[in-house]
Amino acid sequence: MRNNRLLLIDDEVAFLEPMAKRLKKRDFTVVTATSGMEALEILSENSEIIDVAILDVKMPGMDGIETLTEIKRKFPLIEVVMLTGHGTIASAIDGMKQGAFDYLIKPCDMTVLIDKVNEAAEKKRKHEEKIIEARMKEISIRRI
Amino acid sequence: MRQDLQPNEYYKTIKRNIRVIVILVSFIPLIVVSSGILIQFHTSYREKVRAHLETLVKKHKQNIDNFLTERQNNIAFLASSYNYEQLNDPQLIAKLLEKLQKNYGNVFSDIGVVRADGEQISYAGPFALSSARYSEAEWFQKAIKTDTYTSDVFLGLRGFPHFIVAVRNYWNGEPYILRATVEFNTFNDLVRNIQIGRTGLAYIINRSGDLQTRASDRPEPVDAAYLNLINEDHRDSQDEIIIGNRYDEKAGELIYVAGLLKNNQWALIFQQHMEDAYRDLRKARNAALIVFVIGGIAIISMAVVLSRRMVARIAVSDIEKEMMNQQIIESGHLASLGELAAGIAHEINNPMAIMVEEAGWLEDLLEEDDFQRDENVEEFKRSLAQIRKQGIRTRDITHKLLSFARRSDSRVEKVELNELIQEVVSLSVQQAKYSNVVINTELSETVPDIQVSQTELQQVLFNLINNAIDAIGKEGGTIQIRSWKDDNWVHFHVWDDGPGIPEANIHRVFEPFFTTKPVGKGTGLGLSICYGIINKLGGEIMVKSRVGEGTCFEIRIPAAEGVSSIDDPVAPVHPLSQMQKEKNDEKQ
Repeated sequence: MRNNRLLLIDDEVAFLEPMAKRLKKRDFTVVTATSGMEALEILSENSEIIDVAILDVKMPGMDGIETLTEIKRKFPLIEVVMLTGHGTIASAIDGMKQGAFDYLIKPCDMTVLIDKVNEAAEKKRKHEEKIIEARMKEISIRRI
Repeated sequence: MRQDLQPNEYYKTIKRNIRVIVILVSFIPLIVVSSGILIQFHTSYREKVRAHLETLVKKHKQNIDNFLTERQNNIAFLASSYNYEQLNDPQLIAKLLEKLQKNYGNVFSDIGVVRADGEQISYAGPFALSSARYSEAEWFQKAIKTDTYTSDVFLGLRGFPHFIVAVRNYWNGEPYILRATVEFNTFNDLVRNIQIGRTGLAYIINRSGDLQTRASDRPEPVDAAYLNLINEDHRDSQDEIIIGNRYDEKAGELIYVAGLLKNNQWALIFQQHMEDAYRDLRKARNAALIVFVIGGIAIISMAVVLSRRMVARIAVSDIEKEMMNQQIIESGHLASLGELAAGIAHEINNPMAIMVEEAGWLEDLLEEDDFQRDENVEEFKRSLAQIRKQGIRTRDITHKLLSFARRSDSRVEKVELNELIQEVVSLSVQQAKYSNVVINTELSETVPDIQVSQTELQQVLFNLINNAIDAIGKEGGTIQIRSWKDDNWVHFHVWDDGPGIPEANIHRVFEPFFTTKPVGKGTGLGLSICYGIINKLGGEIMVKSRVGEGTCFEIRIPAAEGVSSIDDPVAPVHPLSQMQKEKNDEKQ
């Protein structure tokens, strides 16, 4: 089984770094971005390398919800886990409506986060499998 | 309370203004109308009295004039019916007297014939005057010169007051006089009948001011004013009646009515004390005055009572307004405090998250083999776990703070009381801990939802818990919060085992601005706001306290509609249930 590949998006570098380190230590492939724009750039370069995005809701510039909608629009397969402070729980719930996989409250327990991320990655994988299946069917139908 | 002085002044001014306005508005029309009526009445009554007196005197004047004329005519008739010779017959003259007395009553007391030289040659009557000589008598001297003569009243030879009616006639060219004496009493009665009121009296005077009738309250000497009346030339106006006022030193103000008699020789004077004449007027005036005074007292007392009540009501509504303002300020304050708290909570949370992450990272690193040999590794682990744990705890606190701050509105919604109590308690626990206060909750599971504003009820609970913590002080103690249900009410109480509220203060705890805290520490509004909020929710707040044992604030709120009304099977035993019952009635 390949490592789950994560995109960590948070404007706070001090938070981003230990988080990334810890996740890497748990055998995730981690890419970080400090803004929504940067995240979108990374994804547009190569969306194949990311399974799950962990997204801070409150960010300067392009905020979490905007980033989420963009990601979901451009890369619908990528699952997004929202990460939020308390002031933005409501927007996290908004985010769920926009298609986020789940939300977690900062600071969150690492095990909880990993469980969530794995679930999200699992879901994404299933989606991909279904798509592949569907394509294969399509191809086989075409052959016939 | 320091700011009391000014409002008192203010209320006094309002009170005074109301009084002045009420009194002026009531009195001015009253005075105008009643004095108008009184003046009108006064004038017309005075006229009436004067007219009455005038008529009276006129009538009597005519009567008296008629009487005198008739007497004269009687004698004149006799004089023309009989000649001198016949009249000399004593039998005839006695017969004539008898006839006169028979026809006219005892008007004539005697009758006689007097010769020109003054000797009475014939006489009939009760006195022995058969040959009396009248040549020196004033009346004779005057009578002999005119055809008819009526004398003034005088005592004469007999020593009784009387007057004489004389008719002159001639016998053989010699004049002689037929004279008759008019009984004084009969004549006097004519005048004495004019008696009005207590002081009204009538009498007749002649030109020299001598009284011609007997008057009980004899004015001696006759006032010069009357003499002037009679001596002035009133010939043109013989029938005229003169009415006037004069001041008498003895009797005071008098009203007099005068009419001239007997060719202006005599005057009929009627006089009466002004006061007596206008007695009815005075009575009416007094009655009006009494009504006025009573009415005035009623108006003034009404003004006083009304203004007092009105100002009391204004004061109450001012206090209510003040309270409401304070509530608005307070809730505004609370709202901005909430914003601030939310901001701070959020800002704290982010660094917290970083710290927790860093601690987690360190923990991760500790898992590596390099560190396993270190003897302190267990300590590191424990310490990092603690950091993480405290981080999570901070998160929980800020979480609650945020959720509390966000709901700073007074929207009424269905609220689960127990949840709300727990929420507030968890926020107060830390503060309680500093004061060594333990908060126990005993929440009944059957408590139904209530329709309240969550924020406001939180505020009430916060206030009560904070008060309880403050009351307990530094020594520490216990706060107990219980909820239960009975009928359609949801109850909860906040009980502390602090020093309690003294008897003198317990009635005042819900008053705005009442505080026992030092200046600057308490606004004295907390409980009055609680009172206002609970009242608004249709509930009640009661306080029971006993010095040295503690204080219990009990609140009951109607349960939201549509909840089952099964009674709470275990109604809790009230910690202060033994306290005097009357105390909780105080503030209901």
